[in-house]
Amino acid sequence: MTDTVQLAARDPDAAQPHAELGLRADEYARIRDLLGRRPTATELAMYSVMWSEHCSYKSSKVQLRRFAEQAPASDRILVGMGENAGVVDVGGGLAVTFKVESHNHPSFVEPYQGAATGVGGIVRDILTMGARPVAVMDSLRFGDAEATDTRRVLPGVVAGVGGYGNCLGLPNIGGELIFDPSYAGNPLVNALCVGVLPVDRIQLARATGAGNAVVLLGAKTGRDGIGGVSVLASATFDAAGGPAKRPSVQVGDPFTEKLLIECCLELFDRRLVTGIQDLGGAGLTCGLSETASHGGSGMAIDLDRVPLREASMDPLEVLTSESQERMLAIVAPADVEAVLETAARWGVLATGLGVVTDTGRLQVRWRGELVVDVPPASLADDGPVYTRPLRRPAGLDARQADGPAALPRPRTGPELRETLLRMVASPNLCSRRWVTEQYDRYVQGNTVLAMPADAGVVRIDERSGLGVALATDGNGRYAALDPYAGAQLALAEAFRNVAVTGARPVAVTNCLNFGSPEDPEVMWQFAEAVRGLADGCHTLGTPVTGGNVSFYNSTGATAIHPTPVVGVLGVLDDVTRRTPPGSATAGEVLLLLGRTAEEFGGSEWAWVTHRHLGGTPPRVDLAGERALAEVLVGGSRDRWLSAAHDLADGGLGPALVECCLSGGLGARVVLPADLDPFVALFAESSGRAVVALPVVEEQRFTDLCAAAGVPVTRIGVVGGGRLEFADLFAVSMVELRAAYESTLPRLFG
Amino acid sequence: MTVAGHRIGVVTFPGSLDDRDAQRAVRLAGAEPVPLWHGSADLRGVDAVVLPGGFSYGDYLRCGAIARFSPVMDSVVAAAHAGLPVLGICNGFQVLCESHLLPGALVRNAGLHFVCRDQRLRVESTRTAWTGAYAAGAEITVPVKNGEGRYVADPDTLRRLEQEGLVVFRYVGGNPTGAAADIAGISNAGGNVVGLMPHPEHAVDALTGPGVDGLDVFASVLRALAPVT
Repeated sequence: MTDTVQLAARDPDAAQPHAELGLRADEYARIRDLLGRRPTATELAMYSVMWSEHCSYKSSKVQLRRFAEQAPASDRILVGMGENAGVVDVGGGLAVTFKVESHNHPSFVEPYQGAATGVGGIVRDILTMGARPVAVMDSLRFGDAEATDTRRVLPGVVAGVGGYGNCLGLPNIGGELIFDPSYAGNPLVNALCVGVLPVDRIQLARATGAGNAVVLLGAKTGRDGIGGVSVLASATFDAAGGPAKRPSVQVGDPFTEKLLIECCLELFDRRLVTGIQDLGGAGLTCGLSETASHGGSGMAIDLDRVPLREASMDPLEVLTSESQERMLAIVAPADVEAVLETAARWGVLATGLGVVTDTGRLQVRWRGELVVDVPPASLADDGPVYTRPLRRPAGLDARQADGPAALPRPRTGPELRETLLRMVASPNLCSRRWVTEQYDRYVQGNTVLAMPADAGVVRIDERSGLGVALATDGNGRYAALDPYAGAQLALAEAFRNVAVTGARPVAVTNCLNFGSPEDPEVMWQFAEAVRGLADGCHTLGTPVTGGNVSFYNSTGATAIHPTPVVGVLGVLDDVTRRTPPGSATAGEVLLLLGRTAEEFGGSEWAWVTHRHLGGTPPRVDLAGERALAEVLVGGSRDRWLSAAHDLADGGLGPALVECCLSGGLGARVVLPADLDPFVALFAESSGRAVVALPVVEEQRFTDLCAAAGVPVTRIGVVGGGRLEFADLFAVSMVELRAAYESTLPRLFG
Repeated sequence: MTVAGHRIGVVTFPGSLDDRDAQRAVRLAGAEPVPLWHGSADLRGVDAVVLPGGFSYGDYLRCGAIARFSPVMDSVVAAAHAGLPVLGICNGFQVLCESHLLPGALVRNAGLHFVCRDQRLRVESTRTAWTGAYAAGAEITVPVKNGEGRYVADPDTLRRLEQEGLVVFRYVGGNPTGAAADIAGISNAGGNVVGLMPHPEHAVDALTGPGVDGLDVFASVLRALAPVT
């Protein structure tokens, strides 16, 4: 028998399985207080999913406030944090919305569907803002490249990201692929989507206007993903728990999503909806309660109207199902017919579920009986908030003291040569082609730069040439050594990657992947990373517009490296001025920008050659990053630069290899005389880039650098069939390409 | 030569993805792109038709298998038999095979993965409506991007294609799909219907593609069509 509000009043002391649903005793008591009675079974399930870590941000909220409190002033932000995604004014009457989100746990359980629905979910977040999705990126982390389980998870994840995005017609323009044993039992699958909209088409997730219809658009509701947010996303895997959770992973249908996108865009253009929300985590429960709460309204819903895949579903299942490819629209009564007609033309199912009310209550009926009667804000906004205890990790001092200075280093030319080849063939630095070839980067015909460029660049206005650049970066090893600096280094790298294309960085999104918030040491890492990112965004003048927190990334007792992934959006007024990563013109000059110091803590060299992680990460110099970005953007605007490439993991040596392979020409390089060649080649000092330009532009560009305070060193000339380091060693392009290209095909073939 | 006035239809099926890209290529070649809708049998008086890439109807059955039965295809098939130039790109090629306008079939790539790369092709026949602007034997670079692009046909069909010069494009420097005889594209005996897996509409602007080698596919059909009077 279905538990109703009436029964709950009649039988107030019935035992309820709150603990099994992931609710603490005090949280359960709070629900009873809120309602003045025990919740119905359906209400209890709704609180369980909405008060889960994934939906409520109960452990992170206190820290995340920093992003808003410290946000730098910007007149570009049209919609800030708190909505499905931030919206940034990019000029010309256009706005851009972008966001990165995790789908880590589902991707471990079921790699293909987990990754595919991760893409589907972030695309709907972007669509919900009124935007046409125009590109996606994926930021992926797995265990050791050689590990058996990585061979299970990675091919499925890549196929899932590609399968869904390709079928939606969204170019994949970049991302990351990192291997580290820290992610062995808990891969990170972070997906980013960017969309474009006219500034006057912004949609909000609000249900207002009593009498307006509540319309469900898209796929039928099934039993997939029930409790996904509370079971999968808000708890840690234990050894025995994996397979049993398989039903909690959703199954994607990109074809339905493609139709849903086209249908919704037509509804937006014709002004047929007053509010819209995508249904993702927590399904209808989230969609109904959030739109009602944010609109300050109530709702009367007839749950029997929801089209079901299985007739035997009960109200609890219908309300918490995470079936994909669904949206919830709020529609004025006069427009309902037009909405249904539009949906029918696109082959999209559309069903009126009920109306917006002025009761202030979310009321849901099932078979004629009231099964839910709650204040919507109690689900959506007034959940628990915890100030979790923080503690600096016990082993951190020892780890920072164990620096890389004592590690044996290559000295001679042949040793340096062998090290460079080993580095560029290592899983974290080698070519990503095996992955990126599985992604369509051409569809929509606006992709100006994609992997292996430092940032993806898409044109968003064919007439004016206006475009945007996007990069995502994160370095878990740096963050493990110092989460404050690690978060800032991730921000600095993404900022720099956008700037090397010639785009001006304007806004930030983030995906914060951490272990359990109930572990004070993890929570300290989280708080430090948020503080670092907030401070960094303030200094760089790029506000955080939205993001996602993913906790409980651990297997058993071992948390992953703290991994803040930062996405930076840049604007390029004219995409024909973009700077590519490699020069194809012999005789051009190579310049190294920025300062190089002996910095190897957390470096790729220490990891690849010694499996060493210790010391402190490279020094952060945000003023230097800002100045570097100025000269890179200026050099692009004035068309002085033929190529630019950021220096990051692995340092100058691997960066030069990438420049040469990208442009198809070798180079003759003379390393700076004041630096040890090993330091010059492999140190990971931040705030650096290498650029190529015609000799005739060199003086003007170096003058620009001098004015901005950016150190410039002339290090070589483009040309020939090999990369040569004067007096040290040379490697042919053929040998470089073989080393760089063969690793992933060999591992994952 | 002025080609203004020619109108080239681009069909949108549910799940078509490269339809707007095909329209852009038509425009860059100097003709007027005309959107055609899968649910309507009206070809709107166009001079030629492009079936674009994508995943029509989700391609959950066989690629192109459902699209074949759409109202627009009834008209396209009839018009093709009457000589209308028809180009099928990627999913459009699959639809042409399912519609029996072209022989053979496209199946899962030999490597099993979706493959997106800049691909060298040799233009094997310039006697079709869609390749007349190329030099015979020209080598061009055009993106290929598909998961089910391996051309297969029975031995008799393959022999006939070769003997009658109906292989239009062949992969050079690697066969990304494992296609029989490195076949990337074929035509019917009349030369008005051409299907190919690679995407010439994504090689029409050096800013957003590997070059402009694909533009002559669209220029060819304008040359093949009678001058507008």
